[in-house]
Amino acid sequence: MISVYHYMTVAAILFTIGTYGVLTRRNAIVIFMSIELMLNSVNLTFIAMSRHLNNMDGQIFVFFVMTVAAAEAAVGLGLMIAFYRNRESIDVEDINLLKW
Amino acid sequence: MENLVQIALENVNMWAIMPSIILVCFGMGLLLINAFLPRGATRPAMWISLIGLAATAFAVFSAWGNPQYGFSDAVALDNFATFFNVTFLIAAAMTILMSDDYLRREGYPIGEYYPLILFTTAGAMWMASGTDMMTIFLGLEVMSICLYVLAGFFRGQVRSNEAGLKYFLLGAFSTGFLLYGMALIYGVTGSTRLSEIGVYLNAHSSLLNNPMTLAGIMLLSIGFLFKIGAAPFHMWTPDVYEGAPTPITAFMSAGPKAAAFAAFLRIMEYCFFSLKPEWTAVLWGLAVLTMVIGNVIAISQTNIKRMLAYSSIAHAGYALVGMVAANEIGYSGVLFYMLAYTFMNIGAFAILVLAGKKGEDNLTLEGFAGFGYKRPLLGVAFTICLFSLMGIPPTAGFAGKFYIFAGAVKAGYIWLAIIGVLNSAVSLYYYLRIMVYMYFRDGEEDYAWMKVSASVVVSIVVALIGIFYLGIVPGAVMDMARLAIF
Repeated sequence: MISVYHYMTVAAILFTIGTYGVLTRRNAIVIFMSIELMLNSVNLTFIAMSRHLNNMDGQIFVFFVMTVAAAEAAVGLGLMIAFYRNRESIDVEDINLLKW
Repeated sequence: MENLVQIALENVNMWAIMPSIILVCFGMGLLLINAFLPRGATRPAMWISLIGLAATAFAVFSAWGNPQYGFSDAVALDNFATFFNVTFLIAAAMTILMSDDYLRREGYPIGEYYPLILFTTAGAMWMASGTDMMTIFLGLEVMSICLYVLAGFFRGQVRSNEAGLKYFLLGAFSTGFLLYGMALIYGVTGSTRLSEIGVYLNAHSSLLNNPMTLAGIMLLSIGFLFKIGAAPFHMWTPDVYEGAPTPITAFMSAGPKAAAFAAFLRIMEYCFFSLKPEWTAVLWGLAVLTMVIGNVIAISQTNIKRMLAYSSIAHAGYALVGMVAANEIGYSGVLFYMLAYTFMNIGAFAILVLAGKKGEDNLTLEGFAGFGYKRPLLGVAFTICLFSLMGIPPTAGFAGKFYIFAGAVKAGYIWLAIIGVLNSAVSLYYYLRIMVYMYFRDGEEDYAWMKVSASVVVSIVVALIGIFYLGIVPGAVMDMARLAIF
């Protein structure tokens, strides 16, 4: 029997993988994909808890998260294209003009 | 199914979101109008957005003392939200006033700039009036997504690209933490309403030690501390503030930062009041760390924009002191301080906007050598803004710091207040250094090329009026801030 704990565990693992990806990857698009993985682990948590608690709020929240993630993707990829046009790279090692 | 029916029957009450409805309508109308304006004609867009802000101000003021609740208590346009809404409107109006000539000078006279500022302001308003985690999240994202675009607005300039991309990647990363925190809190309490979460946690005290609750609070706080720019989540601040267009830097450090404080205050006070001793203890350490890091690193900066970015970290630290105090005077001090900071910081940035040439922002300390003699009035205005940032009476900065540290002392945090005052003393060094360059060094620049337009002057005058009004008679606004807290 798969219980809510299994879903929560999977979500926690996904979140950790996403965080690890953000911290170790060098390509801006892969970093962004890792962030999306984090958001999806959040969605999984919301839906599992919503089902477990028999409460609809969590599922409505997931719709908002998905919508916002889509808007964020549009803006983020636009910024990456603008950066690529100027620097011919989306490697975060090349985001280096501004530093102390 | 029962829940769905219930939601549909609840009172919607559009008055609760009237200010943001007006702003968004003006923003979308402006996007449409921009399509018909000739390329490079941004002046009408500036006026329309200012009219939009004025119309919003009416809706905001009508809500003072007349709280509106709507959407099944997911939105509360109470005094707290109204006070912050006024701060956002002032920040947006001053930013718009100083932007027009700057955009033309830098070769980006694009009308979409103004709707983006209006949408950012609307998002900030949702954050301040959200009493449900969904509303707060939505407001945060509307605000942040518009700011990512604005930070990278000069798409041909690599520095602006970098600022936008950096802000985007780190902002989205922090949103992930914030959301996971929200999901865990929802899992523990079964609700996304802030007040219901607070009541539930208070009634089930065994949940207060539950690792899921604590992890949720921690992740939620990380998300907000990132937006505030508090140490140790401040690393993005100087880079993004330096690379973004100067008026946007001014706006980001005032409006959206105040919005993050508003939502953070409301969540901590509504949801986690049962854990107050614990979270104030954590924020105590973070406030000290933020003040020290901001002020100490600012000392070694030679770029004024970057120096002001570090000083903005330090100011977030001062405001956190008010949150640690967690009493009436501390909370109302935070509200007062964010308003005062809006005036003094945007005023200082308005002068930085004027002092640049096309393509090269004149932002080094050397570049300001002799500025005070060659442009005496602007020099005096800059000096007043810097005095206010230092916290010298009779300016707004002094009154704000006074209230915040008074709140800390009253709550028994004597050492925190002492550390705060010592930090203010450290900050004297780097603010005074700008003045030393302005008045005691002689530079080659004669600043004859500076084009001082009326709209920027209006912005600076508003800043000076605000600084002196809040500094000389702080009582009136402070009384309003007292009425505004919970």
